[in-house]
Amino acid sequence: MTATQIVTPKTAAKDVEKDVSMRKQKTMMAAHYDRITSAPETGKKICCTFVPGNLNELIMCFDLLNNLPEVNAIQSGLRRASGNFILEAEKIGHSEDVCTYVKSDIGMAAKGNIAPNGKKFPDPDVLLLSYTGCFTFMKWFELLREQYKCETIMLHTPYMGDGKITPNMIQYMVKQLKEEVIPKLERISGVKFDIDRLREYLKNSVKAEDNLVRVLQTAKSKPSPIDAYFGGIYYIGPIFGAFRGTQDAIDYYRFLREEVEERLAAGQGPVTPDGDMGEEKYRLVVEGPPNYTNFRQFWKMFYDEGAVVVASSYTKVGGVYDFGFRHDPDNPLETLAEYCLGVYTNRSLPMRIDMLTNYVNEYEADGLLINSIKSCNSFSAGQLLIMREVEKRTGKPAAFIESDLVDPRYFSAANIKNRLESYFQMVEQKRAGSRAAA
Amino acid sequence: MKTFVGIDLGSTTTKAVLLDENSQVIGRGITNSRSNYATAARVASEEAHVDGRFTLFRRALNAGGGQSDELDTFLAALERAFRLEQFLEQLDDLEATCRGQVKGDRFAGLESGVQEAIGVVFTNLRGEAPELYAPGAKRKSDFFRDIAGSRYHTQAEEVARQAKLPYDLLLNVYDKSIIEVENRPPAGELSEKFHRALARVLAIDSVVRTGSTDVPQTIVDTLGIGLDETYLVGTGYGRVTLPFSKEHIRSEILCHGLGAHMMYPNTRTVLDIGGQDTKGIQVDENGIVANFQMNDRCAAGCGRYLGYIADEMNMGLHELGPLAMKSDRPARINSTCTVFAGAELRDRLSLGEKREDILAGLHRAIILRAISIISRSGGVTNEFTFTGGVAKNEAAVRELRKLIKENYGEVTININPESIYTGALGAAEFARRVYEGGAKMEHAS
Repeated sequence: MTATQIVTPKTAAKDVEKDVSMRKQKTMMAAHYDRITSAPETGKKICCTFVPGNLNELIMCFDLLNNLPEVNAIQSGLRRASGNFILEAEKIGHSEDVCTYVKSDIGMAAKGNIAPNGKKFPDPDVLLLSYTGCFTFMKWFELLREQYKCETIMLHTPYMGDGKITPNMIQYMVKQLKEEVIPKLERISGVKFDIDRLREYLKNSVKAEDNLVRVLQTAKSKPSPIDAYFGGIYYIGPIFGAFRGTQDAIDYYRFLREEVEERLAAGQGPVTPDGDMGEEKYRLVVEGPPNYTNFRQFWKMFYDEGAVVVASSYTKVGGVYDFGFRHDPDNPLETLAEYCLGVYTNRSLPMRIDMLTNYVNEYEADGLLINSIKSCNSFSAGQLLIMREVEKRTGKPAAFIESDLVDPRYFSAANIKNRLESYFQMVEQKRAGSRAAA
Repeated sequence: MKTFVGIDLGSTTTKAVLLDENSQVIGRGITNSRSNYATAARVASEEAHVDGRFTLFRRALNAGGGQSDELDTFLAALERAFRLEQFLEQLDDLEATCRGQVKGDRFAGLESGVQEAIGVVFTNLRGEAPELYAPGAKRKSDFFRDIAGSRYHTQAEEVARQAKLPYDLLLNVYDKSIIEVENRPPAGELSEKFHRALARVLAIDSVVRTGSTDVPQTIVDTLGIGLDETYLVGTGYGRVTLPFSKEHIRSEILCHGLGAHMMYPNTRTVLDIGGQDTKGIQVDENGIVANFQMNDRCAAGCGRYLGYIADEMNMGLHELGPLAMKSDRPARINSTCTVFAGAELRDRLSLGEKREDILAGLHRAIILRAISIISRSGGVTNEFTFTGGVAKNEAAVRELRKLIKENYGEVTININPESIYTGALGAAEFARRVYEGGAKMEHAS
């Protein structure tokens, strides 16, 4: 027998490499957390709201600071703190199957509510629920209302079951904004609503939105200069968080666009935590949120194999710009309604299938990968069906992996790696098959 | 000659398949994974080479046109003699290792007595070894650990009693040694063992010529053919720990798909139930995987589940199926959690339910889980191939047939007696294709 070759393990991990834009964003986020935690001193009031369909421009009109519990849960996940928070929430009585963002948030509060900057989060003054497609959001705020004894405002967003937004839907939502949301925000904040101020913020939003869309669409090039899932999550941070409508966001997205266009012009691939990605071997479309507790390890399973994500539905979780939607300063309340309605998970299954099919085709992807999150019904319900239909329409292979948002117990690295490797090899084999047939 | 090796490192057993250039299986080998995949890979591969030699003997002898039943008898004798040689070689290793363990406070003052006793035990083991490999003799297992272990225990007990030595001292040296011996890659040249085995057979068997064939000479000539390991591909859960570089590794999902396709080219759906995972795989007309699903987070409903149940019932794994087959009223078991199933089992036994009915229910529970995985992978398309260790269990197969019929109608269900080698077969074929692809590329350049 010939001797088999022994392969030694790779060298120890290097320091994480970051784009300049990533560092810039980190500074922005840190400043925002400082604004929030210093609210007791500055006298600012806090509004908690969710990422999908968030009304940041409107919130800013009342001088409120936007604190997003989902983003805090993600931060806890990335900092490996969510595991203990979740256990804490379970101790309080929340079952194993409850959304782990919720449990991370509740557990964090129980453990002193400490922000990433090490200071205490002030209690919110108001909870603004502007997207109701996720039923858990409603329950989440019900719990927070109980905990913080603060006011709750609910803007009901109709589901796009028929695949379109009707004038009725817009009117229904604008009516709620006028009669319910705005008066309450005025009363709680003590600031009078000024529609022209809203228009100004919306103008800012559009500028940032145009640049974000351009950045995400650079992934149509080969090789793609960005990873539209793992990298994309950084790109959407400011716009889906507390920065849309601000000058900060305009600056950030202009800077990001220049950075990405430079990479594009140089024919470079994405930057990964281990530096420039090697050869682009697989182009994927990914559906579903990522895992945050093992984010870097998860990403590494892709870039080590030369897999780059060229489009993802998760980067549309706050709002969808693909079909031309931009905030419209001329119709400020209507545009807010339309934004909430257009959220990715507010779209019917056929709409999601169309979107993903288009991504596979337009971004010339090798196939669709679904990361299914057990505790997230908004995303996960119907995913197998989506997978089969996209497979059928594109003729490209699809695969299904399972993990969790911020519960480290549900990230089984060996299992996920096994499936991913199988999928990549499957894609490879399909290509070899079609080459042979050609 | 060129050969292509596929190795499937499962959680329980490691399998190897040796292919020739025409994708024909020359040899198959299996061993326990013994938590040492590198050794398991070498042992399984060597076993496949041994099996491969017999295939070559058969081919060469058949080419000579001898009487086939005479040849079969001869080859069976040669195989037994070879296994005996192999066993004796490992016994020597075990003895030397055991002797080395006789040290420390435990043995103070008893060293020479224990050494002497070990000598007696091994002399006896060697003496009775030919009986273990006599024609018609039944062995509980083909793994050295199992055969040597049970005989050592019997012999050591008797020797200790006669020598008035504590039995546990002899057990202790064995326990410390067997893992070491098992984890040592096999020593000794295969061809030397074949020559010794041939001499052993010829000493008692007169069949040396049949038809125009000089049997011993044919064997010797065939042993001269080198079996070059042209390319090797590893797969299975242990593949990440394999001492192979990345290009020699394939996902077991792809290997199972291709392996099933090679066994049954019309296969479109494959179900594999192994020790710790269940895979539902859809393949196209070329054996290329089109979709797959597998169990996640939980290995309930896999082979280990049956192993656990067997332990709970104090039965052998292979006895479960036949007992379950006796049931005509399967119990309804809802829990597929392995540990809970144990609790449910005890609960039902205490309520007076029949063992066969409970077992039949447990088999059904496994298959229900598998059916759910298959349906998520895209359902069942004719033909359907069932592979993995659980495919050897008749009660599991019965439930599967029932449920497939209920859910998908009349479907051809293939179960190959060699189905445990499906993954290794696919891996070997990948190895062959890589080589073929490489050769083509050389021509092109």
